[in-house]
Amino acid sequence: MSHSSLTQAFGLLLKRDLVLALRRRAEMVNPLLFFVLITSLFPLGFGADTSLLRAAGPGLIWVAALLAALLSLEGMFRSDFEDGTLEQILLSAHPVSVLVLAKVLAHWLVTGLPLILVAPLLGVLLALPTQAIEVLLLTLLLGTPVLSLIGAVGVGLTVGLRRGGVILSLLVLPLYVPVLIFASDAVATAAAGIPITAQLYILGAMLVLALSLAPLATAASLKISLS
Amino acid sequence: MNGQGIQLRASGLACIRDDRVLFSELDFTLGPGEVLLLEGRNGSGKTSLLRILCSIRLPDEGTVLWCDEDIQELGPDYHARLSYIGHRDGIKHDLTAQENLRMARALGTPDGRWSIDRALEAFGLYGFEDVPTRNLSAGQQRRVALSRLLITRAPLWILDEPFTSLDRHGIQAFEGVMERHTREGGMIVLTTHHRVRLADAPVHAINLSHES
Repeated sequence: MSHSSLTQAFGLLLKRDLVLALRRRAEMVNPLLFFVLITSLFPLGFGADTSLLRAAGPGLIWVAALLAALLSLEGMFRSDFEDGTLEQILLSAHPVSVLVLAKVLAHWLVTGLPLILVAPLLGVLLALPTQAIEVLLLTLLLGTPVLSLIGAVGVGLTVGLRRGGVILSLLVLPLYVPVLIFASDAVATAAAGIPITAQLYILGAMLVLALSLAPLATAASLKISLS
Repeated sequence: MNGQGIQLRASGLACIRDDRVLFSELDFTLGPGEVLLLEGRNGSGKTSLLRILCSIRLPDEGTVLWCDEDIQELGPDYHARLSYIGHRDGIKHDLTAQENLRMARALGTPDGRWSIDRALEAFGLYGFEDVPTRNLSAGQQRRVALSRLLITRAPLWILDEPFTSLDRHGIQAFEGVMERHTREGGMIVLTTHHRVRLADAPVHAINLSHES
């Protein structure tokens, strides 16, 4: 199969998923709303003590981002599985892993990117210093794609189950923990004014690892789910 | 279409589901221009067999060979020669017929025989190409799914109950499409409860109810 037709299939699938998300906006807004609600309720609950808030802020934002990502995962392959288009994707003349990557990318653009866009506001709400907010954005930019990529493997395995939600979180959450630890640590360290290159390198390495391995694992897990 | 020298061969296929043997020791060979009709009771494994032939499902025993090579090893190279219409339509209801077919063409072999508009017209969907398929009737949605067959150059069609919810004209039109496909050297494997009438195409029938 020629190279250009693979690029075309990748682009069309990406565009298709974005168009579909646009035509069903309600589903797209859910995780974002969850993220904003959780993080904006904490300052109200903690009262006027900003020092406490500042100490807990990085962890809070990242836990909320992680749960929002988990909440959005199930929709990644569900509708494709139900209407049979997933079969067509698996029976494509192109490598399934590349097509899966297009779907994950679309999913991240729809659910991950909005989180990054609203995160600065929430950082201010949690009384994070400016340099910590910058680092927060950087960690979200490196970390949320990892959440989508790892999540895709879990969704691939559970998409055929009627009540896959619980198993999905059990499968995926342990794999999310390293991202949570290093990302929230990076934000907290930056707030204290200490360099954070080590954490960023590790997050970057996780992203590269997930980017190269997760699509292959997802393709395999989808094949198992459908057979 | 180059229908020369292609062959689909199954040897010793078996399928076990929930500890029940649906079929076993199933052999057949399909050449260019031939049609294989799978018959049998509900639950006799027709759909499972089609999914095995598509390489979606692994056979519990036996192999399926495309031009003497195992389809599991051929992978995407085999998928490029194959069009599958399952009992789920495989179309997105939030997209229009045109958008659906454009995606289908990109997933398959690039140089389709027919343009998307011509394929839709062949199935009587002229004027419906830019309506979201959600607003079409079940029969029209089926026609959109079947139009997929015409826009790629796959010589092997695997069809699961293709006549479901088609009206009499739709059935006739689709029989015409199948006849043309076999005349051009394509092959078809299908399940149906409808009596298929195809002029001058050899139709082999396998009844799975007797096999088990």
